[in-house]
Amino acid sequence: MDTYSFLRQLADSWALLGMFLFFVGVILWAFRPGSRDTHQDTANIIFRHEDRPAPASGETDER
Amino acid sequence: MVNYFKLIVLGLIALFAMIAANYARDAAYLAQAIIIMLTAGGLFLWTLRNTDEPVVVNPQLEYMDGVVRYGVVATAFWGVVGFLVGTVIAFQLAFPVLNFEWAQGYMNFGRLRPLHTSAVIFAFGGNALICTSFYVVQRTSAARLWGGNLAWFVFWGYQLMIVLAAVGYILGATHGKEYAEPEWLVDWWLTIVWLAYLAVFVGTIVKRKEPHIYVANWFYLAFIITVAMLHVFNNIAIPVSFFGSKSVQVFSGVQDAMVQWWYGHNAVGFFLTAGFLGMMYYFIPKQAERPVFSYKLSIIHFWALIFIYIWAGPHHLHYTALPDWASTLGMVFSIILWMPSWGGMINGLMTLSGAWDKLRTDPVLRMLVISVGFYGMSTFEGPMMSIRAVNSLSHYTDWTIGHVHSGALGWNGMITFGALYFLTPKLWNRERLYSLSLVSWHFWLATIGIVFYAASMWVSGIMEGLMWREVDANGFLVNSFADTVAAKFPMYVVRGLGGVLYISGALIMCYNLWMTVRRAPAIEAKAAAAHATPAE
Repeated sequence: MDTYSFLRQLADSWALLGMFLFFVGVILWAFRPGSRDTHQDTANIIFRHEDRPAPASGETDER
Repeated sequence: MVNYFKLIVLGLIALFAMIAANYARDAAYLAQAIIIMLTAGGLFLWTLRNTDEPVVVNPQLEYMDGVVRYGVVATAFWGVVGFLVGTVIAFQLAFPVLNFEWAQGYMNFGRLRPLHTSAVIFAFGGNALICTSFYVVQRTSAARLWGGNLAWFVFWGYQLMIVLAAVGYILGATHGKEYAEPEWLVDWWLTIVWLAYLAVFVGTIVKRKEPHIYVANWFYLAFIITVAMLHVFNNIAIPVSFFGSKSVQVFSGVQDAMVQWWYGHNAVGFFLTAGFLGMMYYFIPKQAERPVFSYKLSIIHFWALIFIYIWAGPHHLHYTALPDWASTLGMVFSIILWMPSWGGMINGLMTLSGAWDKLRTDPVLRMLVISVGFYGMSTFEGPMMSIRAVNSLSHYTDWTIGHVHSGALGWNGMITFGALYFLTPKLWNRERLYSLSLVSWHFWLATIGIVFYAASMWVSGIMEGLMWREVDANGFLVNSFADTVAAKFPMYVVRGLGGVLYISGALIMCYNLWMTVRRAPAIEAKAAAAHATPAE
C-alpha cells in the first residue's frame, strides 16, 4: 500500500478513534470524584501571589 | 564571558548584513539588510560598553515586569498604527484618489492592506498576547519568568520582525499568502523568536510553585505551540537567492491552498481565539474579583476548542478545486465549533453572576464583557457563513470583512483594551486609572465604531452578493462588477467613519494610560512598604 493510502486509512480509523477516546477521557477525568476541591483551588490561583513569587521553600508559603 | 561571545556573534551578523546589502537583488531585501546591519551594529556597541561592568543579579523574589511594561507600550503604539493604516485604506476604497499618484507602488491599497492586517493581528495582537502571557504566567505560576533576559530577546526580536515585515510589504516583498505575507528572511527570524518565546513560557510553567497549571496558561500554551507549527508548515519555501527576498513555495496548486487556509483559519483559531481566551480567563475573573464561573467548563472548553478548530480551515475553499469531502469536513467542524465557543462565552459572562452591578460602575469590566459578547456574536456568524449555501452568497463579498472586523475590533480589540486598563495601574504601581470617564468615552466610541463598521459591511456584502448572482429572464447577468462597486460607495464611507470613531477611542486610551503613569496617585509608600515585607 502506498504511503498516502496507508496514512489516509489510519487517519479515519484508529487515529480518529484514539483522538475521540482521548477527548472523552479528558471530559470524564474532569468530572472524577474529588475534582471539585481541586478545581476550586485552581480557580483561585489568580488571587494569590499578585505582587511577588512564592518563596523558594514551598513549605512556609502562606496562601 | 558571555559578552565576548555575544560581541563575536553580533559583529558577524553586522558583517554579513553589510555583505548582503552590497549584493542585494531587490529594494526590500536591501532595506531589510540595512536594518539588520544597524540593529546588530547598535547592539554590538551597547554590549561593548556594558562588557566587564558589574553584573546586576536578577532578584528571583520579584516578578519580571519590565518586559511586560514595554509590551504594554508596544501594544498601544502598534494598535494606533494598525488602526490608522486601516482607516486610511478604508477611505482609499471609498475615494480611489487617495491612492496618490506620487506614492504609486508604495502606498497604494495593495501595498498598505497587508501592512494593516499584519499590524493589527501580529503587531497589536501579538504584542498584547506576549505581554499578557508573560504577566499571567508569572502570577499564576508564582514564579519569575524563566530564562533571564531571554524574555527581552523575545520582545525586541518580535519588534524587529514587525519592522522588517512592514518594510518588506511597502517595498514589495510578499509571499502572496494572506496573513502569511512576510518572505523567507522574516519567516526564519520569527521562527527563532517564537521558539525562544515557547522556551520562556514553558520554562516558567515548569518551575511553577502552584501544583496546578491555571487554565489561562493552557490556552496560551496551545496558542504558542500551534502557531509555531502553522507558521513553519505554511512557510516551507526555498529562497531563489540568498541575497534576494523572493522565495518559491514547496507546495503547489490545491495542496498549497489547503495548507494556506489550514494556516489561515488556525491563525484565527489559535492566535486570535485561544490566546485571547487565555486573557479572558485571567482578566475577567480578576476585574470582577470572582473566580471563573465553572472551572470544569473551562477544561471542556479548552479541549473541545483545540480538538475541533484545527479541522475548520477547508471552509475557506468551498467551490474550488478542493475535493467536496474536504470542504464538507471543514464545514461540519465549523458548525460543531458553535458549542465550545458558546460554552466559553457563557463561562466568561457567568463569571459575573452575583456581580452584575459592577458593570454599572466599572467601565473596564464593561469593556471586557462586551468583548466576550462580540466573541459570541462572531463565533455564531462564522459557522453560519461556513455553510456552503450561505458561503455561496457571502464569499468574496464585504460580509466576510464585516465578520472579521466584528471579531477583531470587538473581541480582540476590546479585551486587549480592558487588559491594558487593568495592567497599567498595576505595572506602574498606581492606585487607579487617571480617568474612568475617559474609559467610558473610549468604550462608547469603539462600540459605535464597530456597529458602523459591521452594519455597513453586512448591507454592502449581502447587496453585493445578491447583485453578482442576479440574472434576468433570459439567464443573463444583470449587473456588471463596476455596478456593484458604485452601489457600495455609501457603505464604504460609513465603514471609514466607523474606523475614525474606533481610532479616536484608541487615542483617548493612549492619553489616559499616559496620564495614569504620569499623574495618577501612586500606591502609598506605607502600603508599598507593607507589601515589601515578606509575609512569613
